Amino acid sequence: MTDTPGERPFVHFDGVQKSYDGETLVVKNLNLEIGQGEFVTMLGPSGSGKTTCLMMLAGFEAATHGEIYLKGQPVNNVSPHKRNIGMVFQNYALFPHMTVGENLAFPLQVRKMSRSDVKQKVQRALEMVQMGEFGARKPAQLSGGQQQRVALARALVFEPELVLMDEPLGALDKQLREHMQYEIKHLHEQLGVTVVYVTHDQSEALTMSDRVAVFDDGIIQQLAPPSVLYEQPDNAFVAQFIGENNRLTGNVTEIVDGVARVQLENGPIVNALAVNCDGVGQKTQLSIRPERIQINSAGIPNQMEGRVLELIYLGDHIRCRMQVCDHDDFIVKVPNSPEHTMLQVGQTYNVGWQTSDCRALDVI
Amino acid sequence: MTDVTHFRDEKTGLLLASDGTPLKTKLRQSLKTSRRRAFMLVAPLLLFIMASFVIPILGLLWQGVSNATYEDSMPRSAPIMRAWDGSSPPSEEMAAAIVADMIDARKAKTIGKVATRVNREESGTRSLFTKTARRAAKMEAPFVAALEKADKDWANIETWRAIKIAATSLTPAFYAAAVDMKYTADGEFVEQSEERQIYVSLFVKTILVAGGVMLCCLLLGYPVAYLMAHLPAKTSNMLMILVLLPFWTSLLVRTTAWIAMLQAQGVLNDLFVFIGITSDDARFSLIYNMTGTVIAMTHILLPFMILPLYSVMRSIPISHVRAAKSLGATNWTAFWRVYFPATVPGIGAGGLLVFILAIGYYITPALVGGQDGQLISNFIAYHMQRSLNWSLAAALGGILLAIVLFLYWLYDRVVGIDNMKLG
Ligand SMILES: Nc1ncnc2c1ncn2[C@@H]1O[C@H](COP(=O)(O)OP(=O)(O)OP(=O)(O)O)[C@@H](O)[C@H]1O
Ligand SMILES: [Mg+2]
Repeated sequence: MTDTPGERPFVHFDGVQKSYDGETLVVKNLNLEIGQGEFVTMLGPSGSGKTTCLMMLAGFEAATHGEIYLKGQPVNNVSPHKRNIGMVFQNYALFPHMTVGENLAFPLQVRKMSRSDVKQKVQRALEMVQMGEFGARKPAQLSGGQQQRVALARALVFEPELVLMDEPLGALDKQLREHMQYEIKHLHEQLGVTVVYVTHDQSEALTMSDRVAVFDDGIIQQLAPPSVLYEQPDNAFVAQFIGENNRLTGNVTEIVDGVARVQLENGPIVNALAVNCDGVGQKTQLSIRPERIQINSAGIPNQMEGRVLELIYLGDHIRCRMQVCDHDDFIVKVPNSPEHTMLQVGQTYNVGWQTSDCRALDVI
Repeated sequence: MTDVTHFRDEKTGLLLASDGTPLKTKLRQSLKTSRRRAFMLVAPLLLFIMASFVIPILGLLWQGVSNATYEDSMPRSAPIMRAWDGSSPPSEEMAAAIVADMIDARKAKTIGKVATRVNREESGTRSLFTKTARRAAKMEAPFVAALEKADKDWANIETWRAIKIAATSLTPAFYAAAVDMKYTADGEFVEQSEERQIYVSLFVKTILVAGGVMLCCLLLGYPVAYLMAHLPAKTSNMLMILVLLPFWTSLLVRTTAWIAMLQAQGVLNDLFVFIGITSDDARFSLIYNMTGTVIAMTHILLPFMILPLYSVMRSIPISHVRAAKSLGATNWTAFWRVYFPATVPGIGAGGLLVFILAIGYYITPALVGGQDGQLISNFIAYHMQRSLNWSLAAALGGILLAIVLFLYWLYDRVVGIDNMKLG
């Protein structure tokens, strides 16, 4: 399904910049290629410029510099209603004075479809989101989740090839949100549309996307499939933003074959993959995922002492907060299995990890 | 989980609360408390409104159907005149009572008022009354003959019939007069003579002017409100000040400004002549007529249209129009099918407000309306202050009130009052 971005991307941001006030760049040099049928998520903290990118793609904001291509055609001067892009807004933006059915009929009517076609397509779209019986209701008479489905159906009913969603699940409670994530994912697979999705919820991004673009400060920090993003973060921001992450700082003493030797502050010398460190003599930040840390296991290259400060029982695993190298927020996730050591608060254990699980990144 | 916590009464099938009382009763009880609390909160205002608004209005409405001028000053003749059938020749009893009352009324100096009251029913009787009253003290029986000797008009049965109407305190005569009808001594309603029919056409004119002003306000106000709602806060605040300016300018300044602008030698006409819309000797008359009234009233009432529109437009999320466009609607379709319907509550509120204010507007037409720019409220004021016919003023006011209430009701039926949004 995922096209390799290259030949002729479906959506192409080419050196796009955006400034609202002429003083600060909200989007700085955005280059992004999205293949047909791909599900790409823009993920980033609040104010990082995600909505702005989406609005430029939809045509509601003009790019200050650079060009956006849709199916190879530049669209900077194409007005929004001619772009044929379906859009789901955070507050759903259902028209309150129209019934659900009329809301869905709207895009078909403006395309001058025949009455019977409209009726049929509306019904089909409503059934697709399991809202078949609600056509006569006004949006105000629906629950949040139902409105969400209607908004989704409305963005899809005119069969656009590209659908943009700006935090569509932001207003729903956790359970409903997770449920809707799967539904959107399935609709995407079923219909084969290209989806550009915006969220600041990382689990949502990881669950749904083919590729995730992590935004910060108007720049894409990393663009990669979820697993790569989690396991091979390119920089400290991504490592920090996606999932849980233990940070240790130190100085690089030597780099051999892509492996850096790092003298930890208040700790021993360890090995780490030299992913994004400046070079010998420079500061670096090591990133290790909590579940990759092993306790009291022999034959591991990077070992040091850690004192247990806190234990939280979470059923399938035990979350252990330790003091390591004077950092007292070092987290270890211990699987709840019989062969693991029973930890005790206040005791000191040996912690260690494989060199391939530890990445030397830039310092933030 | 416990068992089901609600039960059904076996006989009635009503749902019962857990203590056994029917759920409906229970609900009513709890609503009653909250209703009582709500009432307590509005009670002070309610009292104030009762004292300063409702009671005076009721008094006014009462005055429209009741005028006791004659009965108060001429207490002996009033019941006798009312009992008279209105067609048989005046009896000695009637004449005697009237003469006796006239003597008293002259002493009490109320004869003038009585004469005015009777004169309203039959013009020309005022002098008859004052003249006769002067001689009444010297009259002797038979009084019918004595009256006819004092003035031959007493031989005219219409004089007596006019007295009969005036003697009836509770009368539809004023409401009849307010719709160009005449209430006769026989209890019938007949049309006023042609040249005295003014009020119905005046009501129609007033409604048309109010409607026209409302329309002008809407056409001028809608784009301004739109602009204000969508400009950055700084600019829109500036605009808001300009919009509110008419409120802060004294009436005198405003009137002077209009005269300077609109008069034949005024700024606007000079401009028209200059750009060649009209020639120098055919300048438009824009003030002291209906045009002046409409222009000035539109100016004054514009904020009442803009403010509700503005507040409604402010609350329309920008994403609605964007959604419409993303769904393929052109700018116009997005406006007409999505934006405009969302502003209808504002149009309703502004329109109703402007219309109701305009329909009772008094000061502007009085100042710049000239002869033909006068509206119903100017006549009400005239009857209150000049002709002192308060009952007619009250009747006109009552009808105006009825028209407004009717329009309000109509609006509720067509648009729905809960659809109105003032801010
Ligand atoms: N219309 C606008 N005028 C001026 N500045 C704006 C405008 N819209 C957004 N900005 C600014 O641009 C920056 C990026 O905004 P944007 O809405 O794209 O962020 P976002 O990533 O979508 O954030 P969030 O997750 O909170 O929705 C913010 O600093 C914001 O203040
Ligand atoms: Mg946003």
